[in-house]
Amino acid sequence: MKLLGLFNYWVFAVLLMIGLYALISKQNLVKKIMALAIFQSAVFLFFITMSRVDEGTAPIIQAGVANQIFSNPLPQVLILTAIVVGISTTALGLAIVVRLHEEYGTVEDNEILAMDRES
Amino acid sequence: MNPSTLPLILLLPLVGAIAIALAGRWPNVRETISLLTAVTLAVLVFSWFPEVSEGLRPRFVLSEPLPGLSLAFSLEPLGMMFACIASFLWIINTIYSIGYMRGNNEKNQTRFYICFALAIAAAMGIALADNLFTLFLFYELLTLSTYPLVAHKGDAKTIASARVYLGVLLGTSIGLLLPAIIWTWVATGTTTFTLGGIVEGHIAGAAVGLLLGLFVFGIGKAAVMPVHRWLPAAMVAPTPVSALLHAVAVVKAGVFSITKIIIYIFGVDFLFNEPSAQWLQFAAAFTIITASIIALYQTNLKRMLAYSTIGQLSYVIMATVILKPMAEVGAAIHIAAHAFGKITLFFAAGAIYTAAHKTELWQLAGIGRRMPITMAAFTIGALSMIGVPPTAGFVSKWFILGGAFQAENYFAIFTIIASTVLNAMYFLPIIYFAWLAPPAPGVDMNHGEAPKAILLALAVTSTLTIVFFFFNQPLLDLESQLVESLPL
Amino acid sequence: MNLADHLPALQVIVPLMTAPLVILLRNGFLAWLGALLASLASFGLAILLTVAVLGAGVPEYAMGGWQPPFGISLNVDGLSALMLLLVTGASTLGLAGGRLSLRRDIDNRRAPMFYGAWLIALAGLCGIAVAGDAFNVFVFMEISSLATYILIAAGRDRRALSAVFKYLIIGTIGATFYLIGVGFIYMMTGTLNFADMALRLADVIETRPIIIAAGFITIGLALKAAVFPLHIWLPRAYTYAPNAVTVFIAACSTKVAIYVLLRFNYGVFHGNLLAHSDLFTVFIIPLALSGILLASAIAIYQGNIKKMLAFSSVAQIGYIALAAGLATHAGLMAAQLHMFNHALAKGTLFLCVLAFVLTTGSASFSNLAGIGRRMPWTMAAFVIAGLSLVGVPGTAGFVSKWYLIVAVMGMPGWGVPLVMAIILSSLLAVVYLWRFVELAYYGQPPDGDVSRMEVPLPLRTLIWSAALANIYFGLVPQLPLALAESGTTTLLGGLLP
Repeated sequence: MKLLGLFNYWVFAVLLMIGLYALISKQNLVKKIMALAIFQSAVFLFFITMSRVDEGTAPIIQAGVANQIFSNPLPQVLILTAIVVGISTTALGLAIVVRLHEEYGTVEDNEILAMDRES
Repeated sequence: MNPSTLPLILLLPLVGAIAIALAGRWPNVRETISLLTAVTLAVLVFSWFPEVSEGLRPRFVLSEPLPGLSLAFSLEPLGMMFACIASFLWIINTIYSIGYMRGNNEKNQTRFYICFALAIAAAMGIALADNLFTLFLFYELLTLSTYPLVAHKGDAKTIASARVYLGVLLGTSIGLLLPAIIWTWVATGTTTFTLGGIVEGHIAGAAVGLLLGLFVFGIGKAAVMPVHRWLPAAMVAPTPVSALLHAVAVVKAGVFSITKIIIYIFGVDFLFNEPSAQWLQFAAAFTIITASIIALYQTNLKRMLAYSTIGQLSYVIMATVILKPMAEVGAAIHIAAHAFGKITLFFAAGAIYTAAHKTELWQLAGIGRRMPITMAAFTIGALSMIGVPPTAGFVSKWFILGGAFQAENYFAIFTIIASTVLNAMYFLPIIYFAWLAPPAPGVDMNHGEAPKAILLALAVTSTLTIVFFFFNQPLLDLESQLVESLPL
Repeated sequence: MNLADHLPALQVIVPLMTAPLVILLRNGFLAWLGALLASLASFGLAILLTVAVLGAGVPEYAMGGWQPPFGISLNVDGLSALMLLLVTGASTLGLAGGRLSLRRDIDNRRAPMFYGAWLIALAGLCGIAVAGDAFNVFVFMEISSLATYILIAAGRDRRALSAVFKYLIIGTIGATFYLIGVGFIYMMTGTLNFADMALRLADVIETRPIIIAAGFITIGLALKAAVFPLHIWLPRAYTYAPNAVTVFIAACSTKVAIYVLLRFNYGVFHGNLLAHSDLFTVFIIPLALSGILLASAIAIYQGNIKKMLAFSSVAQIGYIALAAGLATHAGLMAAQLHMFNHALAKGTLFLCVLAFVLTTGSASFSNLAGIGRRMPWTMAAFVIAGLSLVGVPGTAGFVSKWYLIVAVMGMPGWGVPLVMAIILSSLLAVVYLWRFVELAYYGQPPDGDVSRMEVPLPLRTLIWSAALANIYFGLVPQLPLALAESGTTTLLGGLLP
């Protein structure tokens, strides 16, 4: 029972590993960026699920309601920031891929490496 | 005199170097600046002689980069002597260089004189070093400033030899000397030179022998085998540089450093009673004999002189470890005696090259009749190496042998006698052939004497080699102060 | 409303707010000027903060008046001040020396955006140095990293693009690992503030998540810091970046990652986590050692001066990691000193390379043969900085090497082999540096032309000031020593010998 209760951590671990594996094994640069995004999503999920408090509700104060148990808002805020960082990284990565395509005509990592070695 | 003027001794050649750089385009001005700097430096250095002779030990701390490690200068008998020799012989060497460089129409003369001045500044720094850290700093600067001098010719063979020079010297200093200094500092908390040594009580047993080894082999400039390879390699340099390396700055700095470390870091008494340190005299003896034997087989004059130097340097080391007052004084005197003798020999070699373009021994047959002054000087220098009166070499050998007899160190006595015989075996034939043999077939004998400047330098140093035999009391008195505290 | 009270915040705000202003400028030269002024201002602020730290100390700065641990705090101690000086100094050096080089490397229309990115990178790096909580460190780290990627890719060399892509991937993995670690710590202690973390960590009973967190954080930061064997992004990124950018990032970007590593491992974990220091030491020291020896050896075989210096940087980072891993007072002093001194030496070296490339057009050895005779002043400065890199006495590098060797000798048992390794790597450094110096002075230039062609006087003056600074701090190291001392006291909090 204990193991299933850690379901969110399993998701986190599996997604992390999928992301890392794809990052290393895929040659296509766009796929690498996708893998990076998956990798980062794993961490986001980890933080957010960690912020859930037993019997807690969304952390919004309602007028007139006292003694409410709230889920922790802080990790959610942190992850918002981290998502923004992730988006910037993805955008920048894709921009570099576009430039690479302009210069080399391909987005396959091994082909680019080969062309560099020739020059 | 005010101790805070001690750094002037270093500053002067540095300023001279800058002035030489600025005057580079006018050779006569440049040479004049070199000479003036040398003369002023010698005057400045000698002005401290009376004070140090009376027993004063001026000291000046320049800065303290690290806690416990300071950049400090002080004068004591050994350093005083070294500084006097170096500064005085720089004057002679500069006169010689002018003759040699112009006689051979060498390129890059400005670079040559600048590096010379820098090297002398570094040598002064070594002479005046108050502690191991300062010594190490200027030791490295000496290596770096003499590299361009060794690599002067600039061709592939010279560069390769210069690489050996740099590699051995930097490798030993960073790889062995630096750890030794750090070890000393960690164990004793200080690196300052103190009469009686600082190591006693902090390091004992086999560690002492090990530390001594790190120092002796780390100071590659003393050319104790097997870290001697840089010396023959450095013979690719022009002869004024070889004269500088072999008499004035580099090798003397090496052997001076070892002597200073033995007396002021280990302490003569302490080392005498430490069994693990006894290996040094065997290493020194091995170097003396082996170098002399190798010298026998050399055909190139300068290389033969190089191996002769390696042997003579280890005389000093062996004399230091005989550890009797007379031998200690002899060691110090030999630094001076060998300086005068060897510089004469190298000057002669350079004179022969400049006038006759000869470098190999077999070419020297009969040359005495064409170049009498040069060969006369060579003869005097060679006799000094062998140790024949009335030359300087005799004085120092007398003291060293005397100390060896006092210590009943028959091994040392035997080594000295054997090496004297070997020295005679490779020097006397040259003298005989130069004066008495007919010229070798196919060798061009159509040349005269060397340029005047060279002859002047030769005359001065060879005369001094003889004068030293008669007039050496001030130096003896100075160096005796080192051993006053020792039991006779 | 004393401006001096807001120095920590200003340190980040000045470059950050100047960046959009610079981007709006039309002219490449004006953009450069704006960036230089902002960088100089930041350097001035860093100096002010240093003076304050060495004097009465800088009080904790609560952002917006919200008190920590709930509010965000900015803390400036000796170590932070050291990093700030390093970062702002490197930025100013790169900008001041790089005008001509950047004019050539960067397209004039894109120049304002380039300089804007430079200032953002500067702001990010300063932010890391002053941030008092773990998450802000992450945010600033990513800000500076993203801006750095832009800087590296901005030049004309297309090989920089694949180098930057690799750097982006690896850097993001590193930052994400760091984030995971921070998440675990937050889970167990409920706080992100460093000082608060250190307090609460002592009360945590189940320490396994903390150890895992420590692992993730260390690996993540090791990726950013290019500790061997996670250094693979560094050589190509340094080599193909525009030369002025290399001056900037070589001097500071990896050191900032090590700074965070020190903060976490010593400011937070050490003393509060059982067995941490042993784990950390046993983990870091073999890696550091391999990096020191292998990177130095690889550097000997390089044919491009920038790549050679890049591998040399990996080795030097190994020294810093080695010192940091010793977990002693002396070790931390050595680590901080070496950060300072290496930045000084590498900054000067890369500035000299910038000058070489400016006049000859390429950084490969075959092109630079004989450069010592054509550009004697620059080459002489290169030799001085090289001597500092090797650790010849009289230079700044000697001071930190001395501290490192003394710190290592204090280790029982493996002190002597470590010393031998350090000495061996110094000798390797002599080999790879001398290989270039010999080529520069005695080699034949490719076109046979040996006429003088030095860089303009302002650049030469800058190079020589940097080179002389190497000597100055080698003889008068009181300033970095004081800062390192103050930093070590804060980090160890009186817990360790």
